[in-house]
Formats: sequence, structure tokens, C-alpha cells
Amino acid sequence: MTAAELVKAFRVFLPAEAVLHQTEDLRPYECDALSAYRQTPMIVVLPQAEAEVIQILQLCHATQTPVVARGAGTGLSGGALPHAQGVLLSLAKLNQIIEIEPLARTARVQPGVRNLAISEAAKPYGMYYAPDPSSQIACSIGGNVAENSGGVHCLKYGLTVHNILKLRVLTIEGECLEIGGAGLDSPGYDLLALMTGSEGMLGIVTEITVKLIPLPEKAQLVMAAFDDVHQAGKAVANVIGAGIIPAGMEMMDKITIHAVEDFVQAGYDMDAAAILLCESDGTAEEVADEIERINAIMQQSGAIKISTSRDEDERLLFWAGRKAAFPAAGRVSPDYYCMDGTIPRKHLADVLRGIENLSNEYGLRCMNVFHAGDGNLHPLILYDANNPGELEKTEEFGAQILEMCIRVGGTITGEHGVGVEKINQMCSQFKTDELEIFHAVKAAFDPNGLLNPGKAVPTLHRCAELGAMHVHQGEEKFPELSRF
Amino acid sequence: MESLQTIINEFTVIIRTAAESKTPIIIRGSGSKDFYGNQVVGENNGSLDVTTYSGIVDYESTELVVTARAGTRLADLEAALHKQGQMLAFEPPYFGTTATLGGCVATGLSGPRRVSAGAVRDFVLGARLLDGQGNDLRFGGQVMKNVAGYDVSRLMVGAMGTLGVLLEVSLKVLPLPQAELTVQMQMNEAAAIEKMNVWAGKPLPISATCFFDDLLTFRLSGAELAVRAAHTKLGGEVLVTGSAFWQSVCEQTHNFFQTQQSVWRLSIPSTTQTLFLPGQQLVEWNGALRWFVNNEAVDAETIRIVAKKAGGHATLFRNHKLSAGAFQPLDPNMMKIHQRLKQKFDPAGIFNPGRLYPEL
Repeated sequence: MTAAELVKAFRVFLPAEAVLHQTEDLRPYECDALSAYRQTPMIVVLPQAEAEVIQILQLCHATQTPVVARGAGTGLSGGALPHAQGVLLSLAKLNQIIEIEPLARTARVQPGVRNLAISEAAKPYGMYYAPDPSSQIACSIGGNVAENSGGVHCLKYGLTVHNILKLRVLTIEGECLEIGGAGLDSPGYDLLALMTGSEGMLGIVTEITVKLIPLPEKAQLVMAAFDDVHQAGKAVANVIGAGIIPAGMEMMDKITIHAVEDFVQAGYDMDAAAILLCESDGTAEEVADEIERINAIMQQSGAIKISTSRDEDERLLFWAGRKAAFPAAGRVSPDYYCMDGTIPRKHLADVLRGIENLSNEYGLRCMNVFHAGDGNLHPLILYDANNPGELEKTEEFGAQILEMCIRVGGTITGEHGVGVEKINQMCSQFKTDELEIFHAVKAAFDPNGLLNPGKAVPTLHRCAELGAMHVHQGEEKFPELSRF
Repeated sequence: MESLQTIINEFTVIIRTAAESKTPIIIRGSGSKDFYGNQVVGENNGSLDVTTYSGIVDYESTELVVTARAGTRLADLEAALHKQGQMLAFEPPYFGTTATLGGCVATGLSGPRRVSAGAVRDFVLGARLLDGQGNDLRFGGQVMKNVAGYDVSRLMVGAMGTLGVLLEVSLKVLPLPQAELTVQMQMNEAAAIEKMNVWAGKPLPISATCFFDDLLTFRLSGAELAVRAAHTKLGGEVLVTGSAFWQSVCEQTHNFFQTQQSVWRLSIPSTTQTLFLPGQQLVEWNGALRWFVNNEAVDAETIRIVAKKAGGHATLFRNHKLSAGAFQPLDPNMMKIHQRLKQKFDPAGIFNPGRLYPEL
């Protein structure tokens, strides 16, 4: 079916303003937050109800038209990059919080609801939705399900997969699946886990039941400076070895400390080789006990300076630097490229040394911010795209870092997803038999491969081209969002 | 002693031979959970004993991750964790001292702490398995955050061995609580359900709850001071034999479970009012888990309708009437996806066929 014929067919059941096909209307949808990849879709549809989504999918299935789902478009791996001959299905207008059940501690929401809006709606009941990706003021819960989003607090409170109970999912045929349930488990295979993080490849989520948890009574932060990265890594291990699961545990290296301190003046120690931020939350008694123990451990682990937040303002100030790492990178360098690997924490010092060696080898600076509690590393390679060949060097450098993550037993993506960006590295992480299983899982839901074709799992005969999150002169999409 | 690779090679030969002749094989650890689920269909089936493939592969307490072979005894695994002050936070029921990690993951059963800490599936980070063609595959990994590829390792949890032979599993582990205190108070069921749910919405260190015979029992876990403060706030009589009590609920040695009648497990929303089913009930997980001893006055279909209406499902857990099927039937749409997955992982249909559903 031609584009014009499809537009006509969509308009039978969708209002005119919900079917976009003029080039200027399509432009805003040509990329997500990984703006290095752009593709204008054939048509954009903006349904307002599940019934409309069903009709859209039935039509796309009947005409064998590819469908790419999109939430808020804040993804960092190009997962919502449109398909040139496909329909971009925006779920942004399905944005209702259907129901909050305070006693059952659940919220039933549509996929276009913003992550933070759920916590705001739950706040009057003394509750919140735990996963807090850094883009939470803008990113949608449907996108969170597609990417299995985490956040700074996920070591203690889990990822999206740990915090959802039930999904309503439409297959490409437009059939509705109820996955999970209102109880704590459901019969049969754990399709809830399979759907979470599936990057829009298996089905279209139209409703999500999330868990709400009580707001902690108190939160407090310890900031510890170290003159050696290895020692800071040891301190993290010592905290965890002492039986403490911090609410948040973040590390920054020297170059990051300098970049952010110039930017936000959070009071970081400029002589430090690494700074750890370690947060405790819970009841007043729990926090008092934990903070005392964390302080003692930092001291024993050789911290050169330790500060404990005295009040909420100071806690937020200590965090401010960490949260400003990405904008700070944009200030000290014309361009940067953000990586997202996870490693077993014990290899941190080796991996950082490896990155330093690569940095010297390629002649490119690299800032390192690290979700130290869960081993998720975000190296930011600083470069200038105006220097001929530097972008290519940067991509090579980045690929080497991911290969190193795989070598030490880690993974190529902790939380940003594979999308189009890391599809090449999937070939490094998985062997053919394993990729075949992924293709089989995809086929079990979407036999004709119409949902988000070409993403997340590379074809066996060809690993797609390598990509990157390129930020030119701070021209980031959603520059107001912190990225960490 | 056989080398580990030799054992895997033997498994592969068994799988490939069975696949060729389409003869089902029963995957089995210690057999501690033989009672659970349906019987594997067919006669003269082969078997695959995974207990030979055992031992801890990698454990570093400061990484909060342990990787062990499927044949490893849960008791050995937990002993190793306890030595480092850590635990399997989902408090797995053993149902026999020789229970293995593989069986724990395949059945996907969690104990009293599940209500606060999460279930087996929440702690699985990675798995190594043999598929129906004998391919040796790895999914997930040994790190907390990993979004590369579909979450196939969690798909194995509760699959009852119908998708593959688990070889190794990586699990997140957590520190043992510094202090625990079990407390009891008298009340009726409606009041208990209300109270458990209200408490769960407040920042309280409650790690397990159980209601039976007009007695609400709950466990406080965490820092010594926090446990004491919560006890002062909530009140209740201290049960000095607390850990034995939770053990008896978890392992079903509690008096409630001592019956020849069928035992049903209803997993429903925690706020569901008292279920009017004639027979004794024991409530766990803040009301989200209701155990029901059926004195055979209620037929299976009725129980399943009650569970479904509440938004959950019912499992015929022990003392089967075989015809009823252990698990709540799936909607046709869902079954279609299940069958396609089964077909891909196990094309010859040899892994525990029928153990989960007749169609799988």
C-alpha cells in the first residue's frame, strides 16, 4: 500500500490531526535523544485510545507495514529511530493515570505517562514509583518498560522489571495479551520479564500496573574523597562487604570532578583522584546507624576527606555535581560520546587503567562517571567533530571500551539499550546460537518481523553499522535533562 | 572425578539422542519438588540427573553475586553465603534437605521474605543452559544491570524445565539482616488483611507476614535500632521461636499443611477480602498469598474462578487430583505465545513435556 493509501485508511478511524504525513510534520519524529541517527518515517500516527492502537496494528499487519513505537523520545540508543517505509506509532497521547490504589500500593497507568508524574500522583499517599532514570521528568513509563530503565537508586530498589506487576500488550495482529497479574506472580512463563527491556520488538504496551513503595522517612549522603581510584573502588567493596546496601553509590574520577566543580561548585575536593557519593535512606534509626557505619568504613578505607550532608539542601548540593556531569562535559569539550557498559566491580581499577591507556593511545580525553554500586560505567569520551578523523577515532575508542567490558565479564549496555547504537557489539557479546534464540523469541511474538525491524538484535549475516551518541556543541536533544 | 565438560557432553548426548527419537526426558535434581506441577507425559521416558553438575563457580561477597551450577545443593549454597554474612533474599523453600539450585529456579518458588525482598526471578541475573538441540547457551550475566538481548535467563524461572536444561545460574545476593524479631497479635482475618496492607505502605522494616487462626505473625528485619523502634511503634508479643516459625511456614511443616487433603495456593491481590471457601486458610505475603486446604467440598474450577475474579490465579500445590491440572489454564492468546516459545527452545518437545501444561 502506498503512503497516500495508508493515510486514507488511517483517517477512516483516526481524526485528521492524528495522522501526520507532510515532511514538516514528520521532522520532529526523525530521531530520539540519540540524534546522530535520523530517519523520516513514512507516516506518524498519534492514537488516543487502546481501541485506536488495535485498529492501527491490524491495518499495519494486514498491509505488512513496519511499526516503530515511540514514547517521549528520550532514549539514548536510537531504539525509536523511525523506519523509512514504516509507521511511527507515538503513544504520547495515551497519557492517563487510570487509577491509584493506595492500600494495594499500585498505580495503573497508560504508556505515555511520564515517569515522574507517577511519583507525583502517589506522593499524597506517602508513596512513589522507585525507578528514577535521570530523564524522569520527561521519559515515559512505556519507554521505561521497553528499555528496563534503572536509575541512581536501583541497587537497592531494582529496575523496571522489579517494579511492575502487569502489562496489557497488543501483538502486531492487534490481539491483547494480559501479562503478569494483580498478584505477585502469574501462571506460565515469565513473559513480564521477557517484555521488559524488549525495546519495542515484541508488542505494544498499552497499560502498565506499577508497584508503589513508601517514601523513605529520611535520606542522608556521605561524600568521600580518595587520592587513588583503586582505593575508592576498595571502599565501595568495603561498604557492601559490611552488609550495607546503599540507596545510591556513585563515583567520579578526577577529570569529572574538575569539570563539574567548575560548573556547579558543589564543594568537591579538587585534589581527589576519585569522589564517592554514598546515600542511605530509610527510617531515622536505620539512616543514623548506616551513616555512622559508612563514615567509619570510608575512614578505614583511606578517604582523604569525608563530609556528611547536614540537611536536605546540602544533600542535594552534593548530588548536584554528579548530576551535572554530562552538561559539564559539554562545557569542557565541543563534543562527547557517552558509553554505557557494566562490569563486575572488582575490575574497576583495571578497566579505568585500560581506559586511561586507550585515552593516551587515541589522544582523546575521557571522563568517567560510575554507578559504583551496580557496576554501571559511563565513560564520556571528549572530542571535536570538526577535527577530521576524530569522530571515527572516538567511535573506535568507544568500541574498545565495550569490548573491554565484555572481556572482564560485563555487558555492552547497562541501561541505555542496544537500539541501533550497539547492535554491532551484540555480535561480540553473544554467539550465533544465542542470537538465534533472540530471533526465535522475536518470532514467537511477531513472526513477520514488523515491530521495530532492524533494532536490538543483529541479523546473523550482517552486523549493522556502529553508532554513537554524538553531541555536537551541546546541541543535545532535551539539553535540560541531566544524563547520568 | 569426571571433568565438568565431560558431564556437559554427556548431557548433550542424552538430549540429542532423545531429540532424534522424540523421547521425552525428565530433568531432575534431587527430586525434592517431584510433588509439584503435573506429571510428565509419556511412558519409558529417559531422565537427566543434573545433580552431578554441582558446585559454586564464582562467589565474591562484595560483588553481591554468586554463580553456581544447577546441581548445587541449596543447603551448600546458603551455607557458603551465610559464612560471608549474606543470603538468598527470596528465602527459597527446600521441601527436602537435598534440594538443588536448579529445582529452585525451575519451580520459581519463593518463601516468606518474598513479600519484602522479591522473588527468585527478581534475583536471577544470568543463566547458562542447554536447549533442545543440545546447544550450550548463556544469557544475562554476572552484573546487576544488563539490557543486552531479551531476558531469557528470567524466562527460565518457573518454566519447570520445559525450555532447557539449566547448567549454571547467577544470582544477586543480599546481606543478612543485623537483627530480626518475630511478633504476634490477635485479630480476625479482615483486620489482619487491612493492617498488613496499611503497614506495607509505610516505611517499616517488615520482612514477612503470616495470618492463621486469628493470629497475625510478622517479622521485623534490619538494623537493631530500627527493629526495636518498629516493635515499639507496632506493638505485639515477641515470639522467641520466631525463626522456627518462619521455617515451618516456608517448608510447610506447619500444622496447617499436615493434611491428606489437597493444598491450594492462591496468588491474588493483597487487598482481596477474606475468601469464602469452606476449609482452612493460611495467609502470607500481606494477603497476596492464600493457602487453602480443600476438604474436597469445592471443585477445582470453582477455586480457579474465585482466584481469577480476584485478579490472580490458583495452583493445586499438593496432594493432586490429577485431572484438575496443577496450574491455572492460560488464555488461548497467551498459550499460543507459550507454544511458540516452547517450539523454538525445544523443537522435539523432549524437555519435561506436560509438567507445566499439557500443551507444552
